[in-house]
Amino acid sequence: MDNTAEVQDREDSLKGVGCSRKRKEDARFVQGTGRYTDDLKLPGMLFADMVRSPYAHARIKSINKEKALALPGVHAVLTAEDLKPLNLHWMPTLAGDVQAVLADEKVHFQYQEVAVVIADDRYIAADAIELVEVEYEELEVLVDAHRAMDDDAPILREDLVGKMDGAHSTRVHNNHIFNWQAGEKEATDRVFEQAEVTVKQDMYYPRVHPCPMETCGCVASFDKINEHLTVHLTSQAPHIVRTVVSMLSGIPESRIRIVSPDIGGGFGNKVGIYPGYVVSIVASIVLGVPVKWVEDRMENISTTAFARDYHMTGEIAADKEGRIKALRVNVLADHGAFDACADPSKFPAGLMHICTGSYDVPVAHLNVDGVYTNKAPGGVAYRCSFRVTEAVYVIERTMDVLAQKLGIDKAEIRRRNFVKVEQFPYKTCLGWELDSGDYHTALEKVLNAVDYDALRKEQQEKRTQGELMGIGLCTFTEIVGAGPSRNCDILGVGMFDSAEIRVHPTGSVMARMGTITQGQGHQTTYAQIIASELGISSDEISIEEGDTDTAPYGLGTYGSRSTPVGGAATAVAARKIRAKAQKIAAHLLEVSENDLEWEVDRFKVKGVPGQEKTMKEVAWAAYNNVPEGMEPGLEAVDYYDPPNFTYPFGIYLCVLDIDKSTGETKVRRFYALDDCGTRINPMIIEGQIHGGLTEGFAVAMGQEMPFDEQGNLLGNTLMDYFVPTFVETPHWETDYTVTPSPHHPLGAKGVAESPHVGSIPCFTSAIVDAFAHLDVTHMDMPHSAYRVWQKVHELGLDKRA
Amino acid sequence: MAKQHVSFKLNGKQVDALVEPRELLVHTIRETLSLTGTHIGCETSHCGACTVDLDGKSVKSCTVLAVQADGSELKTVEGLADAGGLHAVQKAFIEEHGLQCGFCTPGMLIRAYRFLQENPNPTEEEIRWGMSGNLCRCTGYQNIVKAVQTAAKTLQQA
Repeated sequence: MDNTAEVQDREDSLKGVGCSRKRKEDARFVQGTGRYTDDLKLPGMLFADMVRSPYAHARIKSINKEKALALPGVHAVLTAEDLKPLNLHWMPTLAGDVQAVLADEKVHFQYQEVAVVIADDRYIAADAIELVEVEYEELEVLVDAHRAMDDDAPILREDLVGKMDGAHSTRVHNNHIFNWQAGEKEATDRVFEQAEVTVKQDMYYPRVHPCPMETCGCVASFDKINEHLTVHLTSQAPHIVRTVVSMLSGIPESRIRIVSPDIGGGFGNKVGIYPGYVVSIVASIVLGVPVKWVEDRMENISTTAFARDYHMTGEIAADKEGRIKALRVNVLADHGAFDACADPSKFPAGLMHICTGSYDVPVAHLNVDGVYTNKAPGGVAYRCSFRVTEAVYVIERTMDVLAQKLGIDKAEIRRRNFVKVEQFPYKTCLGWELDSGDYHTALEKVLNAVDYDALRKEQQEKRTQGELMGIGLCTFTEIVGAGPSRNCDILGVGMFDSAEIRVHPTGSVMARMGTITQGQGHQTTYAQIIASELGISSDEISIEEGDTDTAPYGLGTYGSRSTPVGGAATAVAARKIRAKAQKIAAHLLEVSENDLEWEVDRFKVKGVPGQEKTMKEVAWAAYNNVPEGMEPGLEAVDYYDPPNFTYPFGIYLCVLDIDKSTGETKVRRFYALDDCGTRINPMIIEGQIHGGLTEGFAVAMGQEMPFDEQGNLLGNTLMDYFVPTFVETPHWETDYTVTPSPHHPLGAKGVAESPHVGSIPCFTSAIVDAFAHLDVTHMDMPHSAYRVWQKVHELGLDKRA
Repeated sequence: MAKQHVSFKLNGKQVDALVEPRELLVHTIRETLSLTGTHIGCETSHCGACTVDLDGKSVKSCTVLAVQADGSELKTVEGLADAGGLHAVQKAFIEEHGLQCGFCTPGMLIRAYRFLQENPNPTEEEIRWGMSGNLCRCTGYQNIVKAVQTAAKTLQQA
């Protein structure tokens, strides 16, 4: 019918939810007019550079600034002694610990910040840091986390000696940070004692770094006359930065403006608050001029801030058919010299207790011990929600090991253990409530798409010819959208998020959110949500984020929380506007509110064709003709505290071939099916998945931050630290199912981190699978050619006939 | 340090600058000439965010001294669009969703601009090798490959 087509046309013209709308951000980025932190140049601006420790553990005997201060163009050299009177030589971390801003008497890791030089430009600053003379006395270094709690281990944190009450638990050793447990230990142990089958696998998840293209930096500018501080910085959470800066400096939040401008990728690297930010702010306050600090790539990889570094043991008790009876996970977590993990306050191991995965696990126990070592602090979520990558890795690896032990196919064993569609919402034995899912349907879709049986047959043939072909599978459940403030807060601030929407008289819209895009395309997708809710074209909707002077308070963008939390706030705020608009429309049409129905972009009087008011007409009336007693204007704010997390899931399958002579791996096929609930912009979703898979590929196949016995970091440039190029990166195939979240206003779940979380165990699964017929059950990452070749060699597969 | 005078053509316009002999070209472009589209990602010539076009070649401006550019012809991302609008590579990156955070994008575009003159009708493998000096952490490259293919078609039809 014509009418239907006309309605559809109107709907399409909105470019709302479900539309692969081209991105609003791109015009400035392709013309080089993006505005990143280092692009900012303020009058009189000085440049800060860091003197860093060459040692991982040493006492500072003296610091001599004289030669540096004598260099023309140097304005100041600050050390911990200079920060002490301000009580800023140490700062609180997000994890309830403290961290030295500048090394106070001792250095605890290589590249630790020892002094900062403030100079006219970056060249003079770089010259001057070489002139600062620091005398060190080397101390015994602790690198191996397994040795941290030995009786004879060196004492790292002298400031904590005798303080056995940690932020999260009693400490049992001076290098112990916390013990944290979830689940039922005794009940789990009992099941293990009586189980028909048990498996146990140790695995190490290496220390890695998110390594976004743009490093961290800031420009601090203190206006002495108005006592007002403005800081532009690379932050994924500008509002929390404002709160922390206020708490540290004593400047009221109302006189602090934090701006996150365009951000060149975050991936968790830009959640923390780093010494460089603090010293730049101090220097600007002291000197009264703007101060810029931008780290170079070595500083970025070495100090701000690592991810993972979990030594894990996964154990499953099962029956002979492979049905899980219990899960036990033990973790030794290497947190480096200061506990600066970016997790919700109550969870020192993040959301690690999602480690029951996609499976119906009757009982489980998780035990995590965090320890100090002489390495940089961090523990950020690298494109994942708070240790979810680690959790998914341990359960998926251990499932493979169980399948192998029982001789059951790894797809079949998952089928037998999946939470069934009728069990949702499903309460896991470690306390989460999985909101929705249909794992079986998704698995079959993937197995059919790749013709799994044919692949297995091909693998059999290859094996008889002595060739190495691996098939990897990962059937993960993510937990994102932190989170309900009843269990999630950062420094006491609940992890809600916010949206403020203003409809202008002529019907265009300005909206601001508490989140901040770093490439996810918020300017595009938030507008699509509002477009669908309000019936106004997304092209007429402007989105702003990242300026604490204008945006409503929010907790920022990480942990795939923008769509689950910020997107929900946006939808709810828009619905508040539509509810008011309905009252105005009823007033204009002289009918009761209940006589109206909504159709795409207008209110219509039910059963009376032609009697209607478009949202644009209502917007105009909101400023000149509202019902008596109603305040004029058309705007709303929503602070959305989600009732639950969202649980996106996916089924990933990888096929790869290994060259026996070189250990090189060729990923022949990678098929990724994701279910993120309602899909707001399919083009952007696919882009996010490509990116996440590539970061997962990087982690699985090459990324690591190795240390020698002296605590020297052996890979902190892009020469050593693996960032895949166009050439190594596999071709990605994507697919989807849609299982909406029942509690999210749009049914959306968040997607950007799933491909990272899910692909890493999938690659390991495939690599190990290539050797599975030779009784190999696990190989630690990274699966670089050399390490894979070592396995080939160990098994004698590289012998020539 | 005594400054040196350099003069080069930047995006079609003759410019002059006083630079230290040790000054890197990327700093001259960004800080002295205020064209901040060219980015710094590593300062070790691995990432390609600072790629510019120097006398018809793609170079990483973090490892070229400004004095070496004296007398040359330079193009940066700001010089890609002209009065007729965006260049085909710029349009293709938008069309194929070849960018996310945008930080590597100027280097990618200026490399793609040169690469498609070196090889106007490349295969996917040739694109992957030809662009491999530029790193991206967001896109997984797949849509950048598509964008270069799309731009190649447009440029061939023009």
